[in-house]
Amino acid sequence: MSKKLFMFEKPLGMRDTLPFLYEMKKRVRQAMADEIEKWGYEFIETPTLEYYETVGSVSAIADHRLFKLLDQQGHTLVLRPDMTAPIARLAASRLYKDGNPLRLAYNANVFRAQQHEGGRPAEFEQIGVECIGDGTIAADAEVISLMIAMLKRAGLQHFTVTIGHIGYVNALFLEILGNEERASVLRRFLYEKNYVGYREHVQSLPLSSIDQKRLLQLLSLRGCGMMLEEAKEVIHCEEGKRAAEELAALLRALGMYGVADAVKFDLTLVSHMSYYTGILFEVYAEHVGFPIGNGGRYDDLLEKFAHKAPATGFGIRVDRLIEALGESEAEPNIECIVFSQERFAEAIELAAAKRREGKRVVLQHISGIRDIDAYSKRYPSMTYLLGSKEKE
Amino acid sequence: MLTVAMPKGRIFEEAVELLRKADYTLPPEFAESRKLVIEVPEENMRFILAKPMDVVTYVEHGVADLGIAGKDVMMEEERDVYELLDLKISKCHLAVAGLPGVRMNQIAPRVATKYPNIASSYFREQGEQVEIIRLNGSIELAPLIGLADRIVDIVSTGRTLKENGLVEFEKIADVTSRLIVNPVSYRMKDEAIDRLVERLSAVIPQ
Repeated sequence: MSKKLFMFEKPLGMRDTLPFLYEMKKRVRQAMADEIEKWGYEFIETPTLEYYETVGSVSAIADHRLFKLLDQQGHTLVLRPDMTAPIARLAASRLYKDGNPLRLAYNANVFRAQQHEGGRPAEFEQIGVECIGDGTIAADAEVISLMIAMLKRAGLQHFTVTIGHIGYVNALFLEILGNEERASVLRRFLYEKNYVGYREHVQSLPLSSIDQKRLLQLLSLRGCGMMLEEAKEVIHCEEGKRAAEELAALLRALGMYGVADAVKFDLTLVSHMSYYTGILFEVYAEHVGFPIGNGGRYDDLLEKFAHKAPATGFGIRVDRLIEALGESEAEPNIECIVFSQERFAEAIELAAAKRREGKRVVLQHISGIRDIDAYSKRYPSMTYLLGSKEKE
Repeated sequence: MLTVAMPKGRIFEEAVELLRKADYTLPPEFAESRKLVIEVPEENMRFILAKPMDVVTYVEHGVADLGIAGKDVMMEEERDVYELLDLKISKCHLAVAGLPGVRMNQIAPRVATKYPNIASSYFREQGEQVEIIRLNGSIELAPLIGLADRIVDIVSTGRTLKENGLVEFEKIADVTSRLIVNPVSYRMKDEAIDRLVERLSAVIPQ
C-alpha cells in the first residue's frame, strides 16, 4: 500500500483539538462568555477572511506573520490576525451610529504565522471585548475589571495584570528628544525589551545629564500605585502629566471595583500592538512563560475606517489560559447503552428518556463493537440491553 | 524562588565569580558539580546548567526566570526576553576571519559559522550573496580544508585563529554576557528580580 506524503501532517502551526482538550476549552469558554454577557456585552462574529488592504494593513500584526491568499478577482485576502481590527471595521460601518458607547464581545480563532519552532500554534482562540465610543477612565477600569472577573470565573487564581501608558512614554520621549524619529529609536529598544541597548543609546545622546537621568529613570518606573507619584515628577509636559493622572484615576476606579490588588504598573510596557494610544495592559499567570492576554485603548483605530471614536478592549488567549489552569480531573460524564437488534426500540426509548434528563448518552449496536472489554472501559457507566426481552 | 539558567563552559566561572562578588552564598563545589540542577535554599534560588545556546530558550519559555547569556546568542536567537544588564564579563567579539590573502570565491562564496542568522544578516547588509554553512564547532577548520573562504565566529584572545594561521578581516559586534529575564517572571517576581539586579549592578566591573 502506498503511503501518501503528509497523510497525518497539518500545515505548520495548525492543530487538532481532541475531545479531552475540547471539553476543557468549552468549560473555560462558557464560564468566560457567561461573565461577559452578565456585564451587558453582546457577542458578534466577523468573517475569517478579510481584505489585506483594509483589516490586514491596520491590524498591528507584522506583515510577514499574516496568512495571505488571493480571491478569484485577484484581491489579496488575509486570515484575520486579530479581532480588534475587524470589530473596528464593523462598528464603524454598521453599529456605531449615534456616538453613544457600544459594548461588543467576541470569541474567535485568529491566525498568525510562526517563525520559531514549528510546533507553536499559528491558529488560536481568543475571547474578549471591545468597548467602543467611550473615552472615560471608567471604561478602561471596566474592561480591566471584567477581564479579572472572567479569569477568576475560569478558575485562575494567581495572576497579575500589568498596566502601562503608551501616551506617557511617547510624551516623555518627545519632551526630551524633540522629534518623533529619535523617539521611535528609543521606543524600539523598549519594544525589543533590550534595556542594555536602551541605556547605551541614552548615554550616547547629546543630552544634559538631567535629561539622561530622566530617560533612565523610566526603566525603574514600575511597581504599585506609589510609583505613579514619581512618574508625575519625571515628566514636565502637560500631556505626560495627564497620562500619569489617568493612571492614578484608573487605580482609584479599580479600587472601587475591588480589584486593585490584582494590578501593578509598569511604564516601560509597550505592546507589539502598535495601535494602542493610551492605557494598555498585559496579564500574566504563574507557570506560563507568555502573557495570557492583553489589551488597551486604541483611540485612533476607528478613524482608519472613516469614523473617529475612542475605544478600549482586550483579548484572552484561551490556549494559554488553559495551560495556566492545568489539567483538570473532571471527565465528561457520558453513559453508554449497548443493545442487540431485538431490543433496538427499547434502547432508543431509554436513551431518549435519559437525554431528556439532560444526560449525555451513547447508543451503540452490539454488532458494531469489535472488542467489548476495551469499549466498556471508555465510559464510566454502561447499560446492556441484549438478547430477547426477559419477562420481569 | 528564582530559577537561573547558567551557561556551561567559558562564561560559567566568570558568572559564578560575579554572583559571589554580589554576596550570593553559593556552595563551594558549585563549579565542579556534574549536577544539572543545583538548589541553593539559603538564597531561595535554583540554578540550572544549560548549553549557552539553550539558555535563552529556557528563559523564553519561562522554565527559568533569569539567565546569563552571551550577546552573540541573543543576536542569533532573537528570543522574546528582557535584556536587563550588561554583566561585562566574558568579553569577546564576533568577527569575520579567513586565511590571509585569500579572496572570497567569486563563483561560490561560502561562509562557515555556528551563527547562521548573524552571518546571513551581516552579509546581506553588505549586499553580498553568500552561502551560509552551519557548523557546530571547530569552525576554524572550514577555511583550512576548503569548505569555506570565510568564517564568522567569536574571537576572544585571537589565539585559536593565530594557531591555525587565520586572520581577522572584519569585526561584526562586541560581545559580553547579559542578564536576561522572562517577561512574565519580570512582572510576577518583580521584587526578587529587582533586588538581584541591584546587587549585581553594584559589582559589575566598569
